[in-house]
Amino acid sequence: MENFTPYSSLAGGILIGISASVLMLLNGRIAGISGIIAGIFNVSALSEKAWRFAFVIGLIAGASVYAYYFPIEVAVREHVSTGLLVIGGLLVGVGTAMGGGCTSGHGICGISRFSLRSITATMTFLLAGITTVYLVNYFIGA
Amino acid sequence: MAKIFSALLAGGLFGLGLALSGMVDPNKVVNFLDVTGNWDPSLMFVLGGGVITTTIAYRFIFAKKKPLFDDDFHLPSVLSIDGRLLSGAVLFGVGWGLIGYCPGPAVASIGFRPGEPLIVVISMLAGMLLYRAIARR
Repeated sequence: MENFTPYSSLAGGILIGISASVLMLLNGRIAGISGIIAGIFNVSALSEKAWRFAFVIGLIAGASVYAYYFPIEVAVREHVSTGLLVIGGLLVGVGTAMGGGCTSGHGICGISRFSLRSITATMTFLLAGITTVYLVNYFIGA
Repeated sequence: MAKIFSALLAGGLFGLGLALSGMVDPNKVVNFLDVTGNWDPSLMFVLGGGVITTTIAYRFIFAKKKPLFDDDFHLPSVLSIDGRLLSGAVLFGVGWGLIGYCPGPAVASIGFRPGEPLIVVISMLAGMLLYRAIARR
């Protein structure tokens, strides 16, 4: 239980919830990151591309501003090679496109709408993630 | 134009939230998924805070006829729980567990951390386009 950060994590979660609420109240859109990003490339209408692009710019800027004032230290992971990052990234991309969402779209927005589809997806990717970490630790002996 | 500014605002809040929550650290994400080992439950608080806030706000928002800057609420039309949903969620979960990045934190980290995040984002985009190319055939 080292590095347990309940307060900042809860506050961060609430900010994410406010973001999802703002996007729905103003634009009528689900704040699903994988869908928003995929839409920049998949959707043809320019106005559709524009708001998605603006959201991504905001996302990068918001995290960067935070990191400027409160530097974020990420410990180096010995076993994570570039090859593993590429494979993992590909799986995340194919998986979110196939399953129609990620931790934000299914996890936050979907559960908040009581969508059975999103609740099922969230349980499934959590279980798959937990199993994967268990197996990785088992085989590299961490 | 209003739509673009509101998306920028929502994106900014989302990025701040991700950074504050600790989700931009892949080590923390992997420790969250490591329930049988060095478990860090912090991310339950991120999900909990996000879901509780959004659930309450959505109740008021969906009581309105339409959003402020659009004619309709754009909600997913697909409702089925099928093999595609489950396989997609499994593939995503495996990738998430392997590298500790889901789409939001990967993209949000591009601006303040060189190296890992950009590799992940490019691979993720390739994966999304690859799936789309296959699904369209």
